[in-house]
Amino acid sequence: MNSARHSVFRSVAAHGILILYTVIALFPVFVIVINSFKSRRAIFNEPLALPTPETFDLIGYQTVLKQGDFFQYFLNSMTVTVGSLFFVLMFGAMAAFALSEYRFRGNLLMGLYLALGIMIPIRLGTVAILQIMVASGLVNTLTALVLVYTAQGLPLAIFILSEFMRSVSDDLKNAGRIDGLSEYKIFFRLVLPLVRPALATVAVFTMIPIWNDLWFPLILAPSEETKTITLGSQVFIGQFVTNWNAVLAALGLAIVPVLVLYLIFSRQLIRGITAGAVK
Amino acid sequence: MAQRKPFRWHIVVFLAPAVLVYTAIMIVPLIGTLNLSLFSLTEAGERVFVGLQNFATLFGDPRWSESFWNALINNAWFFLIHMLVQNPIGVMLAALLSSPRLRMAAFYRTAIFIPTILSFVIVGFVWKLILSPIWGIAPGMLDAVGLKSLFAPWLGKEEYALTTLALISVWQFVGIPMMLIYAAMLSIPDEVIEAAEMDGVTGWSQFWKIKLPLILPSIGIISILTFVGNFNAFDLVYVSQGALAGPNYATDILGTFLYRTFFGFQLQLGDPHMGAAIATAMFAIILVGVSIYLFAIQTRLRRYQF
Repeated sequence: MNSARHSVFRSVAAHGILILYTVIALFPVFVIVINSFKSRRAIFNEPLALPTPETFDLIGYQTVLKQGDFFQYFLNSMTVTVGSLFFVLMFGAMAAFALSEYRFRGNLLMGLYLALGIMIPIRLGTVAILQIMVASGLVNTLTALVLVYTAQGLPLAIFILSEFMRSVSDDLKNAGRIDGLSEYKIFFRLVLPLVRPALATVAVFTMIPIWNDLWFPLILAPSEETKTITLGSQVFIGQFVTNWNAVLAALGLAIVPVLVLYLIFSRQLIRGITAGAVK
Repeated sequence: MAQRKPFRWHIVVFLAPAVLVYTAIMIVPLIGTLNLSLFSLTEAGERVFVGLQNFATLFGDPRWSESFWNALINNAWFFLIHMLVQNPIGVMLAALLSSPRLRMAAFYRTAIFIPTILSFVIVGFVWKLILSPIWGIAPGMLDAVGLKSLFAPWLGKEEYALTTLALISVWQFVGIPMMLIYAAMLSIPDEVIEAAEMDGVTGWSQFWKIKLPLILPSIGIISILTFVGNFNAFDLVYVSQGALAGPNYATDILGTFLYRTFFGFQLQLGDPHMGAAIATAMFAIILVGVSIYLFAIQTRLRRYQF
């Protein structure tokens, strides 16, 4: 009896704390989104009220869409993210396969060399990266960003994927070899489809920092044609800092794509982080 | 003598693209930056080897060393706040989430992780608006609970700005320790918990005596990830306080200091060589931190195999 009441109390307390923290986590996003749909007067008078028919106003979004080339920024971000993602997954999976499948001299050393980049941030090489990009004429191109993000994403991708590839059954690969498949076909036809869940996990991990990065777009590709949405909204907000409708709408526009992507992939992401722990 | 196996070209083909891109864009520039810190420009604009002179300037010249130590101390404080606030909150949320038969756990998990996926640009501006005395959300809310006198323009005051930014960053990243510790807690076998319960170890003492030692390795990994992330942070300060890391450099950390030195600001011209020297110093700090973790902490953490 007593222990039952005790456990009810504990469960209520647990929900209480979790709800409180969920509110803290979501409140700022909520405030921005509701206010981005309100008129200027309503934003200041009743910042916490939901937009009503009287206060509903899209002026902020209209300003943003008229002033900033947000569609172009969005396209740039998509190109950079998808391009980098493709190369990280492709090259990462190939390297992970070589490291986990074959025994050769220097295997361990190569693994360690590639893992260095997990701990050492690529930003510290910025000074020299910029010089390389200037020398090769890649400044203000999306290619520069794709190259940098590919290098940035590879170490972790290789590390995670080689763990997964070790678990692919040897019998299957050997059966393929007996049937005369080349090593390339074994990789592309047998192994790659089997590690698809791991690829999805790595994709989500790689995608978020690339989409959100401000440092490299600011330094390598700040021109109007190559701005990513993160840099674009930063610059836009800097210019329109007194136009609250526009600022809030720009923030709203920047939040929505990430949020949608996250809600689609959150299961994958959480499964990836808690991999191996699911009983 | 056994016949030599033919050279396995496919290994090279599989490894080459990743190794090439990684070496060319990451390792070579990193070494290049370390190397560049040993050079300087003469009056005539020629690049000459100056040995460790840039470091002598960085640490010896009061104008430079003052900024450097200011940035380093701020950065250390930034890291300390993360360790003291982010990890305990993360552990607490993970412990609550992993309690058996908790309903809506998936919902809480998803919602609490949302700030982590937002970009610094969004996070920086959102909090700047919320804490703004002009808009009045923060003072209004404090007023509602009768604490209006506590309000101050936190981001604008030298003594509060850095701590406020650190707390904003904690708000953003608490999802990561929560998830990793949650995963560690799920991997504790039921038998261990049951055995503890048989012995009458429950509730708090179960957490301290059984679960905490088992999740210590995860806390170690989180600490080192936080360390690397913090000592390489830039975006949040840049977005909310600008490259000058105001007020009066109170929020200047190594990342913003590097950016200002490298690119210049207002009247000071950018200086890639001093920038490279700062990047090298940051590299050394991160290397020392990671080594301490790998050799001193990780080897002493006991790992339990089930």
